Amino acid sequence: MRTHVIMRPIDNVATAITTLNVSDKVAIDGFDDVTILTVDGIEFGHKFAIVEITEGTDIIKYGEIIGVASCDIQAGEHVHVHNVDGKRGRGDVNDGLQTKRIQKN
Amino acid sequence: MDYKLSGYKRTDGTVGIRNHVLILPTIVCATQAAMNVTKLVDGTVSVVHQHGCAQVGVDYEQTFRTYVGMGLNPNVYGVVVMGLGCETHQGRSVAEEIAKRTDKPVELVSIQDHSGTLQATAEAAKIATRMVQDASMIEREPIRFSDLIVGTECGGSDACSGLSANPAVGYVSDRIAQSGGTSILAETTELIGAEHLLAERAKDDHVAKRVYEVIEAMENRAFSMGVDIRTGNPSPGNRKGGLTTLEEKSLGAAAKAGSSRLNELVSYAERPSEKGLVWMDTPGHDIEQLTGMTAGGAQLVLFTSGRGTPTGSPIAPVIKISTNSSMFETMNDNMDVNTGTIIEGKETIEEAGERLMQEIATVASGKRTKAEIFKQHDFGIWRIGPTF
Repeated sequence: MRTHVIMRPIDNVATAITTLNVSDKVAIDGFDDVTILTVDGIEFGHKFAIVEITEGTDIIKYGEIIGVASCDIQAGEHVHVHNVDGKRGRGDVNDGLQTKRIQKN
Repeated sequence: MDYKLSGYKRTDGTVGIRNHVLILPTIVCATQAAMNVTKLVDGTVSVVHQHGCAQVGVDYEQTFRTYVGMGLNPNVYGVVVMGLGCETHQGRSVAEEIAKRTDKPVELVSIQDHSGTLQATAEAAKIATRMVQDASMIEREPIRFSDLIVGTECGGSDACSGLSANPAVGYVSDRIAQSGGTSILAETTELIGAEHLLAERAKDDHVAKRVYEVIEAMENRAFSMGVDIRTGNPSPGNRKGGLTTLEEKSLGAAAKAGSSRLNELVSYAERPSEKGLVWMDTPGHDIEQLTGMTAGGAQLVLFTSGRGTPTGSPIAPVIKISTNSSMFETMNDNMDVNTGTIIEGKETIEEAGERLMQEIATVASGKRTKAEIFKQHDFGIWRIGPTF
């Protein structure tokens, strides 16, 4: 039984496909083993960092940007709404990050 | 593999896989009478909605297109349009437009013209009875995948949607396109963040430009609300299932489109003119999307879910596909096919996809889906203007 999937080699997160508990060691192809740090574990379908991700770094899944780290995230930490912001549809911020980002062909 | 499918060949060249008589209220005021007709006459279906009056401009047109499209859908043998009489969306205009574009039986019953609810209901029921009997004498004939417009949809997604069910539907979408049929990708909201991947596959610059236009229009609606779109999408259930951002949800949703060339981008409830993969501009809202696709001519819908949902259409079978095996067990009342096997390594995407092709053939030929059995006749129109 696989414990997780990594969609593309450049991803910095993996998706758990079984519940992972704190202190579980997870072998990651091409990277060091990751030890689950989140006390409540990682639920089925949820993501964890497979490398250290510093605040402001893009979160990569499917080889694409799915958001940005809102704080520093350690390898093995749960990656979810508490430490990731979306970058699209952000009507709440006006820093020019979004509105002009779509490039018209 | 070869699959056997059967359906109803309509005289206008389209093919239905169901043979419904649709009681179509064009105004909220006629929905209760229309529902009463369905209780009296077996073989009829209807919808409940809150629209049809005090609508203007593009919003009027989109609602009108949706009503007409529901009537035109090849799964509908005949239509009894029910109006009130004084409404903006005149039942007469809808009935005339359906009659102009097809040769199926279409009749109009207006409540004010029939001196009220009782006589209007009786008149509509009489007409419907005749239509149902006529419809029942039509026999199924062999049809092909090329006769089908298959809508694809994901609702109640979880993080597995992009790993199992959506890639399996993507495989099916490619197979349908290769067979000469049409596959609709929709829910523009849930393609925000994945639009560049689809624009790269566009047939030409025009289609690619339209991809960015509909995405920008949808994202601008979110900006105009002054809040993070994440307050509404991904939903609480999506987040519980592990989806963190709209972009993540979108990248998983886009997997439903397989790898085919994107041939066309159509408006909400517009019938595709191209075969192969077509994108319909709809919101992510499950029912509004489903309604748009069926009004655009989809005879069958593939609907993936990680959380489980009862969603169904009054006129088209909706095959509900679970992304994970545990939900397939717990929500089995509502789910038709399980693709959790892909995550468990028991089946490849291709194997699960072929199983889905078989299910499409079987359902097209008459097997009833869970949503049909539960009479889950959901209907919702994407409004794009205020009510006046």
